[in-house]
Amino acid sequence: MMLFGAGGDALLARGVKQTAAIDIHHIVHVFTVLANPYIVLGIFSLLIFMWSYMTALSFADLSYVMPATASSYVFMTLLSIFWLHEHVGAERWSGILFIVIGVGLVAGEPHRTGDAPEPEIRVEPAEERR
Amino acid sequence: MRTLYTWLCIVITVCAATTGDVLLALAMRRIGDLGELRRRRGFLPMLLRVLSSGVLFAGVFFMAIAFFSNLVGLSWADLSLMGPASAALTYITNALAAKFFLKEDVNRRRWLATMFVFCGVLILTHT
Repeated sequence: MMLFGAGGDALLARGVKQTAAIDIHHIVHVFTVLANPYIVLGIFSLLIFMWSYMTALSFADLSYVMPATASSYVFMTLLSIFWLHEHVGAERWSGILFIVIGVGLVAGEPHRTGDAPEPEIRVEPAEERR
Repeated sequence: MRTLYTWLCIVITVCAATTGDVLLALAMRRIGDLGELRRRRGFLPMLLRVLSSGVLFAGVFFMAIAFFSNLVGLSWADLSLMGPASAALTYITNALAAKFFLKEDVNRRRWLATMFVFCGVLILTHT
């Protein structure tokens, strides 16, 4: 989730900046950006992120999963320091610190609460007999 | 006028993303633990179970609206406005929606975690 969520967003941002601004009167032109390879790669990354997100939501609360997904921002910053050798200022470090504290707080919580409806997994009669 | 359109995009993105997340969480909660389902039934039946959920597709539909609205907004406004506004606000609206629609126990600790993450994302996406 961390890898493909952050990567997908970065690819989309780069792809959109390479295309022309979309006119409100020609909103259908939003689909033309799909021809950009960065947008296509971004969508592919986000599809993998989506499957991981769905798997997490199948056993944990939304209010537990959502803050935890923010750790992708930490991953992106570490990537920009160690891979791209970018300088990260004090302001960005304070942002990272806020996210780490937030993720740390939610990590100590039980991952499922509330009146969860029974999963719609039916036991087949053949399985019951076994 | 462009500022008005940008903020309209931000509102649409946040509302659609929150609706999508809530519907997706509801669908996955009904389907059950995917890991357990795969172990008990195998990969293909698990995949068919996921793909037969109407609520899940409704969630994906709203997420697609959020995605395209974000794309349109990004083409008009700078990332330093669209990023913090849409990404950070979604954490707050999701926590509210999880409490009132999904009946999750969003206690003080989870609220605190959400607020820390909101501030962190706001700072990171604005710098």
